[in-house]
Amino acid sequence: MKELVVISGKGGTGKTSVIASFAALSRQAVLVDCDVDAADLHLVLEPRTVRREDFSAGSQARIKPGHCTACGKCEELCRFDAIYFDGPGNGQVPKTFRVDPIACEGCGVCVDYCAEDAIAFEPVVCGQWFISETRCGPLVHARLGIAAENSGKLVTQLRRTAQQVAVEQRRELILCDGSPGIGCPVIASLTGASLALFIVEPTASGQHDFVRVAELASQLGVPGILAVNKADLNEEVTRSLERLAAQRGMSVVGRIPYDRAVTHAQIARQSVVEASDGPAARAIRNVWSAVVAQLELVPTAAIRPVFVEITPSE
Amino acid sequence: MRVAIASGKGGTGKTTIATSLAYTVAQRGDRVAYLDCDVEEPNGHLFLQPQIVDRRPITRLVPVVDPVRCAHCGACAQVCRYRAIACVGERTLIFTELCHSCGGCLLACPQEAIGEVPVPIGTLRTGRSGGVEFVDGVLNVGEAMSPPAIRAVKQAAPDAPLTILDCPPGTSCPVIESVRGCDLLLLVTEPTPFGLHDLKLAVEMARTLRLEVGVVINRADAGDRAVWDYCQQRRVPILAEIPDDRAVAEAYSRGELAAQAVPHVADRMRALLATIESGVLA
Repeated sequence: MKELVVISGKGGTGKTSVIASFAALSRQAVLVDCDVDAADLHLVLEPRTVRREDFSAGSQARIKPGHCTACGKCEELCRFDAIYFDGPGNGQVPKTFRVDPIACEGCGVCVDYCAEDAIAFEPVVCGQWFISETRCGPLVHARLGIAAENSGKLVTQLRRTAQQVAVEQRRELILCDGSPGIGCPVIASLTGASLALFIVEPTASGQHDFVRVAELASQLGVPGILAVNKADLNEEVTRSLERLAAQRGMSVVGRIPYDRAVTHAQIARQSVVEASDGPAARAIRNVWSAVVAQLELVPTAAIRPVFVEITPSE
Repeated sequence: MRVAIASGKGGTGKTTIATSLAYTVAQRGDRVAYLDCDVEEPNGHLFLQPQIVDRRPITRLVPVVDPVRCAHCGACAQVCRYRAIACVGERTLIFTELCHSCGGCLLACPQEAIGEVPVPIGTLRTGRSGGVEFVDGVLNVGEAMSPPAIRAVKQAAPDAPLTILDCPPGTSCPVIESVRGCDLLLLVTEPTPFGLHDLKLAVEMARTLRLEVGVVINRADAGDRAVWDYCQQRRVPILAEIPDDRAVAEAYSRGELAAQAVPHVADRMRALLATIESGVLA
């Protein structure tokens, strides 16, 4: 089994448009949307959800107003500025402490040191993940709760689920849509992947961010390849990107020109290669052929020993 | 007044708007601070080209165990909700990348064998670009948690009547950390299905955090009208529209400030500024 992750550093460079086209061209892959913060792949693939699970990572503190004596120990110990002295009063004190659920990182320190046992600590559901069927194959995706955290853990959960689906359905390829940045969800998307495809646009920002995320992939030991999107926007930066890639030992697998067909396809809820035969669609087909060839060269992804339990929810 | 600029979807033009707004204020002769809170991929410096006058490490605290005092009781590992500590026989292992620096293990250790040391996670840079007071944070590559670096950037904010916070994409912890405490949240979107979907998430986030919100539609003629319909339905004010113009994209590709390079963007930034200052919060 091989796992391709599409990544960019900078956001909005065309990752999702490219992966949706790959999905349409492959038809054999398991698809994963690892951009759990702002997942968009489902907008093109129109999934029919077959399994739905709550995702919980960690607990959150909640002060029981009836039990709080307003001693202030929790506020003193909390390092996340998550305790406010504006809770409702009770028989003993006019005001109690309150936990801001958005700032609370679930360390539990306040719970452990509350002399009155007035702080509850309960698991929070931070989102839901789904296994769906699409016209291009199974899709594993998620919806993170509003203002929720732990997106790295959710990404890991999605990738493990996708591997399990791949094993069950005897599919040899997993296509992951990554998220922007270099932080925890990106690290969770890249770790252990067979190959990273960098979709970069030829701009000062695109290049700056590419260098950082390429360095991250190197640190994690994931080989990379580059495709420049909207390559005709700035020929000079495009060449510079390709030089940088070559210096890092990365193959350049193509240039995709700016083409309004990409936006039109999105509005028609189709991938670019389904909606168009234009310059971008042709370039993406060529990139896909080059990616398939590159995937032959990399070793099979190590399957993680711990599989998640997937039970249908009724 | 603190104006945060965020988006949900990446690449919609946050940095273009944030740097252009800061530049426009400075051109007028007013003091303005620009904070780049996208510490994973900070780009504001490429456009503002600030003269950096101070660089210092951003650190976070992680526990260290004094092996002489440690009695291998395992209390620290037991109390850590992030599983960042493991006690294996006579050894106490600390996985700093999982640590949230909550200090729980220090409190739990009966031997007082745990101390804390700062570890560098990035660099805080402050400087000036014309009349713009500039601050950004650059997270070290390989560092997973950006919120402590974002906190450092916000704490270093110089005093100015207007502070512009350029936020990372998404809607989870790094964005929440960036927008907390702002007076106005500007959401930059583009009129496409992806842009609209992620705008909805960002508006929901803003409402959960009880933030005043306004929308800027970038590449306004590039897609369909669904973003306008949504904003009207949900009563989210549209504060500016910037047309889809290759000249803007090309200036951006060269690292040029849109408000400096493209006259119609400059006009729109002045108008947006007037709207922010008069209308929304008056």
